[in-house]
Amino acid sequence: MENALFYIFAALTLLFAFLCVANPFSRNPVTSAMFLVLTMISMAGLFVLLQAFFLAAVQILVYAGAVMVLFLFVIMLLDIKEEERRRFNRFAIALGGVSVIGLGFILFSTIRESKVGAGLKLTAVKGSDTAALGKALFTEYLLPFEIVSVLLLVAMVGVILLSKKDLK
Amino acid sequence: MNIGLEQYLIVSGLLFCFGLLGVVVRRNLLIMYMGLELMLNAANLALVAFSRFNNNLDGQLMVFFIITVAAAEVAVGLALIVALYRKRRSAHVEDLTTLKL
Repeated sequence: MENALFYIFAALTLLFAFLCVANPFSRNPVTSAMFLVLTMISMAGLFVLLQAFFLAAVQILVYAGAVMVLFLFVIMLLDIKEEERRRFNRFAIALGGVSVIGLGFILFSTIRESKVGAGLKLTAVKGSDTAALGKALFTEYLLPFEIVSVLLLVAMVGVILLSKKDLK
Repeated sequence: MNIGLEQYLIVSGLLFCFGLLGVVVRRNLLIMYMGLELMLNAANLALVAFSRFNNNLDGQLMVFFIITVAAAEVAVGLALIVALYRKRRSAHVEDLTTLKL
C-alpha cells in the first residue's frame, strides 16, 4: 500500500513539475503557477509518507497558500499575453535540454552507485514528532529561529520599500 | 521492492533537474522563479528523506528554516520583478541587456 502511494505521489510530483516548467500546450504563466500548486500538494503527500506530518501541513499552508497567492498577484500585474508572442530560441532549448539530461544522468548514476540507502532501516516513529520538532526549535535551534524572524522583518521592510512608486 | 532512501533521492534529483530546465530554457522571469522554487523543494524532499531514514529530526528542522527563507526570498524577488516591470515594461530576460557590452 505504502509503496503504491509512493509511486503515485512521486509520479504526480514529477509530472506536474514538468508541466509547470515546460508545458507543451500552454505558455501562460497562470497555468504554470497552477501546476506548481499541484506539485506542492503532491509533495506534501510524499512528506506524509515520510512521517513528516507537520512539514506536510506547512508545505501546503506556506507554498500552496501564501507563496502561490503572491505569484498570482504578480502575474496579474504583468502582461501575460506577451509571453505567447515570444519565439523560442531553439539553440538555447537544445543546449539547456542536453545539459539538464546530463545532470540528471549524473545524479541518477551517483545515487545508484553510492548505495547511500544501504543498511538504513526504517524504524517506527514513536508518537507524534511534531512535539519533538517544536521542542528542538525552541531549545537547540532558538538562535536560528530568532534570526529567521529578523530575516522576515527585513524582507517585509525591503518589499515595502521596493514597491513604493518613487524611491527617495 | 521496498521503498528506500534511494528512490526518494532519485525523485528529488529529477525534481531538481526539472527546476533547472525551467531556469535554463524559459525566458520569462516568473517561470524562471518557479523553477527556482522547484529546486528548493527538491532539496527539501532530499532532506526530509535523509531525516526519516536516519531517524534524526535535524533534517526536518532544516527544511522548516528553508521554507521560511524561501518565503522571504519569494516576496523580495517578486517585488523586484514588479519594480523592474514598472521601469522597463517587460518581464523577459532577453529585454534586460543593459549590462551587456
